Amino acid sequence: MGKTINIQPLSRIEGHASIKIQLDDDGGVASASTHFNSIRGFEKYVQGKPAEEVTRIVTRICGICPWHHHLSSTKAVDSCFGAEVAPVGHVLRECMQNMAHINDKILHFYFLAAPDFVMGPDADYKVRNVIGIAQAAPDLAKQVIKMRQLGQMMMEKFAGKVIHPIAAVPGGFSKPMSDSQRKELIENTKELLEFAKFSMAHAKENIFPNYLEEVTTLGSITTGFIGTVEDDGALNFYDGKIRLMKPDGTFQDFEDIDYLDYIGEHVQENSYGKFPYAKSWDEGFSMDLAAPKGIYRSNCLARINACEYISTPLAQAELEEFRKSFGRPAQHTLLYHWARLIELVYACEKTLELLMDPGICGKETRFDFTPKAGRGVGHVEAPRGTLIHDYTTDENGLIEKANMIVGTTHNLAPISMSVEQSARMLIKDGKVDETILNKVEMSVRAYDP
Amino acid sequence: MPVKVASEWLNSCSGCEIAILNLGETLLDLLPQLDFVHIPVLMDHKHYGQLGDKKEIDIPKATVGLLSGGIRNEEHLEVAHEMRKKCDILIALGTCATHGGIPALINSYTNQELMDDYYTTDSTDPGATVPTKGIPPLLDRCYALDEHIDVDIYLPGCPPHPDQIAAAILALLSGQTPELPFKSVCDTCPTIRKGKGSISTIKRFTTRPDFDPDQPIDQMRCLLEQGYLCAGPVTRAGCAGDNGEAPRCLSARVPCRGCYGPVRQEGNQLLDMLNALASNGIDIDTIPDRDNLLRFSGAHNRLVPHRAPKTIGEK
Repeated sequence: MGKTINIQPLSRIEGHASIKIQLDDDGGVASASTHFNSIRGFEKYVQGKPAEEVTRIVTRICGICPWHHHLSSTKAVDSCFGAEVAPVGHVLRECMQNMAHINDKILHFYFLAAPDFVMGPDADYKVRNVIGIAQAAPDLAKQVIKMRQLGQMMMEKFAGKVIHPIAAVPGGFSKPMSDSQRKELIENTKELLEFAKFSMAHAKENIFPNYLEEVTTLGSITTGFIGTVEDDGALNFYDGKIRLMKPDGTFQDFEDIDYLDYIGEHVQENSYGKFPYAKSWDEGFSMDLAAPKGIYRSNCLARINACEYISTPLAQAELEEFRKSFGRPAQHTLLYHWARLIELVYACEKTLELLMDPGICGKETRFDFTPKAGRGVGHVEAPRGTLIHDYTTDENGLIEKANMIVGTTHNLAPISMSVEQSARMLIKDGKVDETILNKVEMSVRAYDP
Repeated sequence: MPVKVASEWLNSCSGCEIAILNLGETLLDLLPQLDFVHIPVLMDHKHYGQLGDKKEIDIPKATVGLLSGGIRNEEHLEVAHEMRKKCDILIALGTCATHGGIPALINSYTNQELMDDYYTTDSTDPGATVPTKGIPPLLDRCYALDEHIDVDIYLPGCPPHPDQIAAAILALLSGQTPELPFKSVCDTCPTIRKGKGSISTIKRFTTRPDFDPDQPIDQMRCLLEQGYLCAGPVTRAGCAGDNGEAPRCLSARVPCRGCYGPVRQEGNQLLDMLNALASNGIDIDTIPDRDNLLRFSGAHNRLVPHRAPKTIGEK
């Protein structure tokens, strides 16, 4: 056996993971495994808690996407209690859901991923980061930081807390939006939309063309996809049917309450995290690169593939251009970055659309509810994928049983496969350097785990 | 000379790191004075060498260490010790680091109970065995940092407000020791308190509290005096930042749940709250899950396994 390479921790991602690459005697890759090192057990310790409190606990699953856990959980509790949701409450939740997507995409594209493209995959790690960008392109960096900050502070100012939010409650939303707040948010969102348009154009002109080889090879695998769509197939982040698409583009649509018929979770001996797979394809689970079984992907590229169209004009134009170039479903892993920017444009347009209706300022934002026994499944599209919370409550409305399928976990198998693919492609004759290892990580980073 | 800074995250969610980024342009202003030598969320410095060929963990020396998250597995423990060894001043960043935080809720259960449930949920393939290969073994429970290593500065909050992160860094840059004031959330809350009310029971947050949305928060009656459980009296202030804003959950018109941990580092939010309620003649048996008052501070042996949660009416 040749040497063992231990890439730990994976960096510029959220969470704890490592890659172990074992070389063979000839310096080729014998195996490349990805390990997901975290287990906290939210499914266990929400038990016995009042369900309406759990919406404020599960936020801590992820500090980058707490809004999506908050909202998915709140929808699940609505269902457990059979709580009627104030219509304005739904609108406010959906508005927050889309705003949170804006911030997430700016964070990932510019702070976490861009260093590989702006500074280059082979740049020294000391400058291959957002601080390096701040020195190399100070005007861009300043604008990026300003825009992300604007997005975060818009939410904080209106909803109290932007990291680990509390404003969604079963039955609706905790407080109304005033008309002056609405007008300010509209102005802010317009500014963000301009920035989104700039980002899309900038990337298409200055970034993607320089990395076409990486985009079309690095971490490339062939899989199915998952996303949420409206009845007519339009992309939606907040509500709708879940669409599970096969690699050939055919798909099944289902309601979230039925997810157990479609999604299973496989347990791997080398990861605490479980690996979701398409149970409804009846082919089992395999990460064999030549013949994968049950493997589908989530997050932006998956949603862009799953939807028929996007209901906002600028994002739809981008989608059409994207499909013309890469087809549907598009499979190349680094296209996640491109898809992410299309979604950034969409999230800005959608937020603006919701804010333009003065009805969002309705005063009756929440209805009272009565805790009781029941089962509820809630889902939203978190930035990293279809996020499902499934609760069962007892007669006092305390959680008896909980199951959660978190956005990133859909991608654990695909990430593991992309790592193996890129390691095998890049490591030959025992030659390993920092650039090669960073490129292997780039195939992980595209998924924004 | 810029000050060298190392940052690591343990049993955490990354919310503390996002709070650092939420310094926004302030962070940009601070950057020339800071030299980040290790920060996995933003930078690719690795534990085992840049080629992954070293056997021992190695984090560069730094003047200031920012460490978020509690200690839950052997990897966390190793990283925590390495950070302690390499950093002159170690900051426990966030309530997970200072008191265990939300993930310390697991301390009400054994590892066996966790694994039995997690690997047998409705969506999990039947017959799964617990993973053990190439992943860090769990410790027996979730620990706050100071149960294993010395901590120099405690900066609680879930997450800590960016104002306090900036204030701490600025204080350290000028050679001072930053400290949060020992005030409670109630001390900084502008809602109207009329003193002892007529309530004798505690309500769950299932109804809309009484407030006029067109009026500012200082026109709303205290949520505890409206009968809702609010952890404000037993929770350290700070969530509102340094500009005299209202506590953040209250500003969204929802009650405090204690995310800054106890007012004093060694305080007990559960006992303090039950005392406060009982001494005001409120029936504490109307709280459906008392352990929930320790949801942010379950380390330090506050939460232990096999103490079944109390339910309504149970004595």
